Amino acid sequence: MTKQESADIAAQAKQIRGKTIDAIGYLGVGHIGGALSIVELLAVLYHRHMRIDPNDPSWPERDRFVLSKGHAGPALYATLALKGFFPQEWLHTLNKGGTRLPSHCDRNLTPGIDMTTGSLGQGLSAACGIALAARIDGRESFTYAVIGDGESDEGQVWEAAMFAAHQRLGRLIAFTDYNKMQIDGKTNEILDLGRLEDKWAAFGWESARVDGHDIEAIDAAIGAAKVRADTAGARPTMIVLDTVKGKGAAFCEGSVGSHNMAFDYATALNAIAELG
Amino acid sequence: MTTQKKEMRAVYAETLVELAKDDDSIVVLEADLMKASGTGPFLAAFPDRCFNLGVAEANMVGVAAGLSSEGKIPFATTFGCFASRRAFDQFFVSCAYARLNVKLIGTDPGVSAALNGGTHMPFEDLALMRSVPGIAVIEPSDAASLHGLLGAMARRKGSVYMRLHRKAVPDLYPADERFEIGKAKLLRKGDRVVIVALGPLMVGEALKAADALAAEGISASVIDALTLKPLDTEMILTEARRCGAVVTAENHQIIGGLGSAVAELLAETGVARLARVGIQDEFGEVGTQDYLMDRFRLRAERIVELAKGLVTGDTHTVNEGAIHG
Repeated sequence: MTKQESADIAAQAKQIRGKTIDAIGYLGVGHIGGALSIVELLAVLYHRHMRIDPNDPSWPERDRFVLSKGHAGPALYATLALKGFFPQEWLHTLNKGGTRLPSHCDRNLTPGIDMTTGSLGQGLSAACGIALAARIDGRESFTYAVIGDGESDEGQVWEAAMFAAHQRLGRLIAFTDYNKMQIDGKTNEILDLGRLEDKWAAFGWESARVDGHDIEAIDAAIGAAKVRADTAGARPTMIVLDTVKGKGAAFCEGSVGSHNMAFDYATALNAIAELG
Repeated sequence: MTTQKKEMRAVYAETLVELAKDDDSIVVLEADLMKASGTGPFLAAFPDRCFNLGVAEANMVGVAAGLSSEGKIPFATTFGCFASRRAFDQFFVSCAYARLNVKLIGTDPGVSAALNGGTHMPFEDLALMRSVPGIAVIEPSDAASLHGLLGAMARRKGSVYMRLHRKAVPDLYPADERFEIGKAKLLRKGDRVVIVALGPLMVGEALKAADALAAEGISASVIDALTLKPLDTEMILTEARRCGAVVTAENHQIIGGLGSAVAELLAETGVARLARVGIQDEFGEVGTQDYLMDRFRLRAERIVELAKGLVTGDTHTVNEGAIHG
């Protein structure tokens, strides 16, 4: 990745971050913290790696994306709107009655959403099913999935982990948004995740850990996973992203309360201005 | 009525193989109960479309949802207790709420869980599943209805829960009988009382009860409900109006299952009196199926007793067995 490419994606990330803060701020309340922590990942995926067509959201050959931590939907909506999957005006309908953009992702409402999520722990299993279907059908598409660190408390995540490794779902590339906070506090105080990347390795995955706000590091980890996927018997990949909850917005960055917080539109506009 | 030699699970596997030959989107998922559900022949015929996910029912149902989102038609099978209680939120959110097309099969319903006992004995799977918006809930009563309803399930767009009694049961229908989701079958036509039954055990008891009632000069209709949701309200109301009295019979709690569904229908239409045979707010326990059918009064004698109470107006008999939780 050249410096220019990296800078271009950083510019996309800034736009996604701004649109995410704007959408939640316009509504006045939402899951801002865990949305902002995955912004760099979304920029790298949607502006560099994923094979997608905004004009044909159900293109069979596309790469799939499952946001298992469905409450981060607003960041994904901002990403999809900026890519042209639907009009950016929709972002101001977030969570309003009758909206196409509900708090948690819904495959039936929003163009570009591949799986309905929100009940934590379920999305990685669905991503396994999607990756398995691609293999049955002989498609080359990749399946990307994002789980939360708090979400990793759910036992179903580890059922899916065993299954993906057993089936050698090498074209499944997953990420943990390791912002080290969950609703009730810090993850190491609520339910300690221990050596997370070692756990995934022990479950039979290729496991890496990178700075989740470092575009070049994220890109390199995904690139390596894609190269491995072409080798026989490739394992699925988990990339643990060290992130900061509420990243990039001073009013909520690094605060446990940012999981689902109220803030007014003036605060949002101020935070957007501070992005530069 | 002839005794069928073939086990229901053999019919299940054969039918899936037959359907899968014409539809390459059909896949089978198991959670370490493949020997019990008898899908070995499917694995042999389609090894690349059959997956054993281990003792991980939540993941199985979630993987089924993902497969379905890609156009596959997954048939996921496990004991009914696990299909419902264990993986309910996965089925509710990832399958039904997501408007996907997952076919979930719960075997060993009610007292047929027998020696596995109370932990494995689903008396509430129908109640749980009936509360899920938009899905179909089915319990075939013999080999022909299992075969026909599996085909109907595969053709229906949308998630379905099927209860599957996996042992051999008597034949009720000719092999070429046609079945539709949402359509019951009228096995006997009478004019004093209608017995609405669900599943092979209770349809069998209902027919015995109708014979016993006939011997006492009381002619009874017998409806094989087959589909609990959507209920065949047209047939049930037609028979209920003519007879004026209804007895339901189910291998399940009377709370939330067939008895509840028919009670709701009759209360809203006011066309007939009702009594319900089924589990009376109890947990399961160990025992042979025969023992448990006696223990929980899932018997023709109980149906007869309640039917006569309704017909003669002796409501003491009816109310004695009813709970009002």
